[in-house]
Amino acid sequence: MRDVATVVETVETAELSDTSANKPMRGAEVLVRSLIRNGVDTIFGLPGGAVLHIYDELWRFRDEITHYLVRHEQGAVHAAEGYARATGKVGAAVVTSGPGATNAVTGIATAYMDSIPLVVITGQVPLPVIGTDAFQEVDTFGITLPIVKHNYLVRDVRDLAAIVDEAFRIAASGKPGPVVIDLPKDITAHICDGPRRCHYDAASAAAPACTDTQTVDIIADRLINAERPVFYVGGGIVTSGAAYALIELAEKLAAPVTPTLMGLGGFPTAHKLSLGMLGMHGTYAANMAVSESDLLVAVGVRFDDRVTGKLATFAPQAEIIHIDIDPSNIGKVKQPHISLVSDAKPALEALLAAIAERGDGPLAAGKAARLDWWKKLSGWRNSVPLVCETSETEIKPQQVIEELHRATNGDAVIVTDVGQHQMWAAQFYPFKRTRQWITSGGLGTMGFGLPAALGAQLALPEQTVVAVVGDGGFQMTNQELITAIQYNIPLKVLIMNNGYLGMVRQWQEMFYDRAYSEVDLSISPDFVKLAEAYGAQGLRATTPAELTSALRQGLEHKGVTVWDIVVTKEENVFPIIPAGQDTRNMILK
Amino acid sequence: MRNTLSILVADEPGELSRIVGLFSSRGYNIETISVGKTLEDGWSRCTIVTEGDAAIVEQILKQCERLARVREAKAVTSQPHIEREMALIDVNALTPDDRAEIKNLVDIFRAKIVDITHDRMIVEASGNKEKVDRFIGLLESFGMNEVVRTGYVAINTLMADKGSALQQTA
Repeated sequence: MRDVATVVETVETAELSDTSANKPMRGAEVLVRSLIRNGVDTIFGLPGGAVLHIYDELWRFRDEITHYLVRHEQGAVHAAEGYARATGKVGAAVVTSGPGATNAVTGIATAYMDSIPLVVITGQVPLPVIGTDAFQEVDTFGITLPIVKHNYLVRDVRDLAAIVDEAFRIAASGKPGPVVIDLPKDITAHICDGPRRCHYDAASAAAPACTDTQTVDIIADRLINAERPVFYVGGGIVTSGAAYALIELAEKLAAPVTPTLMGLGGFPTAHKLSLGMLGMHGTYAANMAVSESDLLVAVGVRFDDRVTGKLATFAPQAEIIHIDIDPSNIGKVKQPHISLVSDAKPALEALLAAIAERGDGPLAAGKAARLDWWKKLSGWRNSVPLVCETSETEIKPQQVIEELHRATNGDAVIVTDVGQHQMWAAQFYPFKRTRQWITSGGLGTMGFGLPAALGAQLALPEQTVVAVVGDGGFQMTNQELITAIQYNIPLKVLIMNNGYLGMVRQWQEMFYDRAYSEVDLSISPDFVKLAEAYGAQGLRATTPAELTSALRQGLEHKGVTVWDIVVTKEENVFPIIPAGQDTRNMILK
Repeated sequence: MRNTLSILVADEPGELSRIVGLFSSRGYNIETISVGKTLEDGWSRCTIVTEGDAAIVEQILKQCERLARVREAKAVTSQPHIEREMALIDVNALTPDDRAEIKNLVDIFRAKIVDITHDRMIVEASGNKEKVDRFIGLLESFGMNEVVRTGYVAINTLMADKGSALQQTA
């Protein structure tokens, strides 16, 4: 069982490795030292009454932890997520009690749905007044309970160091996720003269080895002999760092690969074995391949409804193999025929070894048996490719992504918000590597893009990070532009401006008789002036020619750039499989 | 299908609400729930009776095991087991005849009369679901004022333990 914690009752002061561990110190200092001990050098947050002691210590330790002051707590958590998603490290954020905590909830839920490792410190009113409806009191423990991997309400300063250590272990181990530490103000002031509870003996953060050799052998045989196999791969590939093993395995087998939205970058989009993304807005080839495959190898995925559509007819002819680190993911929505509970990387490496053991003969025979499959796959690819709409007079949104790809040599880290622009970015920016694609997949959080890009850019100062957002989502968190300005974070924000809540409008057009109910955003601020008001470069493009020069100009600019790219108002994302339907109902244009 | 789950969870504030919250947020049903201390300091056992087919029960157990403070989650009903519930029943006993008849039933069901006035009795009964249900059913004709039930606790039989121990060594 993973993450099982056994409370060890013996007191061990050795757990605090820093030299001053035995010196009495207040809780706030214990916290900050514990954060440092766990590798935190960057934290996002916004102070308030309940976290004043913590901020006092953050000020004292400012050479060891850099605090980035956001303008809204949602931004703090998204920025921490962006940081975590870009690096694989645990992101950290600190917010005050009450509204600080509730503002952080959206970010915590976003991280939970996408299995992103975070530790969020929330201030709380002092222990003696908890439950009295004190000023800025809210039951943060209760509110965040269903959207965290674990959470704590600290009741004794002597537990704090052990709690922080365990929080980081839990956040990063197994299937990662957010952990919330709710910290009453009096605890941060209490003097701690040594830990009461030494440590929680949680499972180690190291990925478990893949020990089920019997199942690995079965899967290896199935892979070699399958006539119509497809790898369906997700965020688990990214989290586990399994991309190279996946590429090697797919190449050995000459088997096609289709990533989910969260799996983008886990397999190079331009690779000849890549079918592109599958699911609601996936490619025709990927969705057809799944529906006609005889062996679906699902790795690090959870059979999300945006991937499967109608479950009963998802991969109807396939034997399904599910490899996932989380036992509860197996059979949660689709019962596989064969399952393997393992981290993706060791599982794929074990499969590679098992296949190598079988020699080249069977592998070659299997490849030959798949020639017909590749004829079919190529046929689907060629008959319905993803089409980048172009126009001489107006800017097509797909064209924006292609131009951006060209202008950034395909190397930029793309962070998106949620909606049509997100799907176009997923479809038209070919990704070369993992963590080049950062998006809110599970929760679909509008407002995620800009602050997440801020965190990613901080983590990757040498790289170009572009937040691709819509005009709707941009306006949900654009206050964080000033954070980028304040800390000289050279963020690039590309607004795909169609004057609509575009994805909702598309559904209203397609499924609600074009009743455009409350989706019109044509009354919006002048985004160029807005950017300038923040002290950023603002550039607008309304024609394809302007697009090219604006992108070049913005990418050359050393500081923060906001592009207002005015695109076709009523463009739709295709293909689309309407919610709850299957490949047969795919609408191509 | 009715299943009795036994979940070993750290005896810490909030851990019970984490389990109950998991049931409600994932749409699982709780028929009864009972919690108590175990032999081991710092650990509680939570017994939950739920409805669901084998796949749902498996999913519930896996979801419970994801919780950081859950050490073990198992379906007691998947092995031979003993299950008990206790009920305290406030029943009318208006006439000597009624009193005698209730006393009779109490004897048959090996229940206990724990309180009495000139027109009412409180009866304590325990047993498995069928027994307690039937006993309460038989008292209905006298008119009951209140029934308080504990929810179920369950334990695998010694034979079941032996079986699994044998399996482990084999």
